[in-house]
Amino acid sequence: MTTAASPPLMPARDTSGAHALVDHKLVTSYFVASFVYYIIALLAGGLYSMQFLQHYPFPGAELFSPGRIRMLHTNGMAYGFIANAFLGGLHWAVPRLTLRPVLSAKLSWFIFIAWQGIVLGTVGGLLTGQAQAVEWGETPVWIDPVAVLGLTLVGANFLASVFRMRSSMYVSVWYFIAALPWTLLTYTMGNFFVEYWIGGTASGAIIGLFIHDLVGLFVTPIGWGLMYYFVPIILKKPIWSHGLSLVGFWGLAFFYPLNGIHHFLYTPIPMFLQHGAIVATIAVEFVVTTVIINFFMTLRGSGDALRRNLPIRWFYVGMVFYFTTCLQCAFQVTLTFQKIIHFSDWVVGHAHLVMFGVFGFWIMGMFTYLFPRLVGATRWYSDKLNAWHFWLSAIGMLIMFFDLVIAGLVQGFLWKDLAIWEESLRASMPFWMIRSWSGLGIIVAQFLFGWNMYKTATDRSLRAA
Amino acid sequence: MFESKSGILAIGGVGFFVFAYIVMGALPWTIYKDQPEKSILEVASEGIPHEFVDLAERFPAQFKEHFGEVSYESFAAALELGRDIYVGEACWHCHSQFIRPVSREDIRWGPIAHAREYNNELQRPVLFGTRRVGPDLSREAGRRSNDWHIAHFYEPTNVVAASVMPAYPWFFDEADVPNKRGMAIIAYVQWLGSWLDEYPYYEEAPKAPKLDDDASSTEVADHGHDREQEEI
Repeated sequence: MTTAASPPLMPARDTSGAHALVDHKLVTSYFVASFVYYIIALLAGGLYSMQFLQHYPFPGAELFSPGRIRMLHTNGMAYGFIANAFLGGLHWAVPRLTLRPVLSAKLSWFIFIAWQGIVLGTVGGLLTGQAQAVEWGETPVWIDPVAVLGLTLVGANFLASVFRMRSSMYVSVWYFIAALPWTLLTYTMGNFFVEYWIGGTASGAIIGLFIHDLVGLFVTPIGWGLMYYFVPIILKKPIWSHGLSLVGFWGLAFFYPLNGIHHFLYTPIPMFLQHGAIVATIAVEFVVTTVIINFFMTLRGSGDALRRNLPIRWFYVGMVFYFTTCLQCAFQVTLTFQKIIHFSDWVVGHAHLVMFGVFGFWIMGMFTYLFPRLVGATRWYSDKLNAWHFWLSAIGMLIMFFDLVIAGLVQGFLWKDLAIWEESLRASMPFWMIRSWSGLGIIVAQFLFGWNMYKTATDRSLRAA
Repeated sequence: MFESKSGILAIGGVGFFVFAYIVMGALPWTIYKDQPEKSILEVASEGIPHEFVDLAERFPAQFKEHFGEVSYESFAAALELGRDIYVGEACWHCHSQFIRPVSREDIRWGPIAHAREYNNELQRPVLFGTRRVGPDLSREAGRRSNDWHIAHFYEPTNVVAASVMPAYPWFFDEADVPNKRGMAIIAYVQWLGSWLDEYPYYEEAPKAPKLDDDASSTEVADHGHDREQEEI
């Protein structure tokens, strides 16, 4: 096991007053909130997986019913973990990129508190059975207006910095400019249109757009924006090709929103739209390839960083997973693959590789890079724990991915072969067992990281003189 | 334009999104506009399944207390509550409600899903589902008795040994007496597919193919499904 021994950190370099623009306390608060929800959502996932082994620890307890816990797992990850981490990341990156403060420091703190209220409200609503029938958008309907208001304020807060900046824009800023309205529009579309105006088959099309846009137009662009920001800074060199990053951005902006219906192939949604969504999805894979090429050409000549720089390793392993998951998607979206893998654990494996293997990894890289700087420590409490965090997460992720993908094939073929339903459950049991164990590995890894964060923040001997 | 703030905001952030919404969201909506959305009462008025009446006859006191008399109105109320429970308990995360034209699903469950089956208020938002841990439910009505559902909701593994479905004791007053929620979810599930004339009863067929015998296709033909199947 390679321990990425980090040299003592320099305090974040204060070259142009950027230091004063970033509210370190706010970023830290976002990261801590994110990490807390992360642990809760991970435990919810682990708990839910035990239902599949017929060993659920709280059978018959209404508030901890596995169905509700499943929604806590997915929504906790999306709105608690990823959204908080990204808001923290934006509060770090946007003022530095624009050299302008956000609209208002008070507003920033108000948004922080309001967002935690939204997430807690969602948790409470889901556990008391008030879910809305939109996947990834199960937030109870009474929270939706508050969340939309919150996202509007988030947009105004950051776009104020962007529109006040004078210099020419760096790639990251394009992604942020687009992602802020995208997130707002996506959330509004997915939570209001299908609840109040559009029902039936047509609402399936909208829900498909929502599921996909939430990942593709909120999580993905902010994730890539942060990658374009952190990778060159850590490697201390510019991104390989500005032109290629233009292709990546505009390709994503055009093709990604057209993908949604691929979540409901072979439904009564008109077939020509299904075909359109499939073509657009395969196009995304080509766009993704340009972005991946750009980042790996940037890494060229600095490959050693993968070994000695842990944040870079998190980022690039995440990118490899990103390419894998997009390549997988280009195949699974075809009608041929859909016959077998739709409704199966294949899709669950895919979703975990995207949300944890890619964005979870990027966020962990970002935490690893920023956390000691944020709390004023000179280095991490333990590099060894950080290495364990990485390797347990990566191995757990890989096992879970292959396990679920193979399980999906087994299930799909059993269904197609008209085996009685229970046979598909019995055949899945060993895979579900492995899934739970790999998940446990991932959870343990995050606890090690949590302990490391706690010690790094509290150990006085790590403080800068 | 492609590297200016307002260009990115207007074209990328708003323009492409709206374009995609029009093509992929508004277009299907206009296509189905000729199928107006039925209210829950209209749906209920299309016919009350026998199973709902059966609940009223078997638990007269409780039924009267929760839903009153058997009527279109009380059936609509039961369907609405049942649907809310179906959503709130995340049933739709492990059960689908659409039959695909592939993977021999019409043999297992019955007629392929049609858009007109979803043009009602109970399908707003639509409950296509996303994962099949358990079987599809859109052709479940009358497939099994109320007794089966009562026993199954109370403790699924008592009925289906390999089941990984959670138990729902909070649907019950006592072990075999469903409460309001229990009756509503059973009424809802027994309604799903009741609008169809018939569908196969595949899994209970006398010679349901086992995993270890390799003759599934011939056995299927035995049950009269001799139409040509799409090969995968």
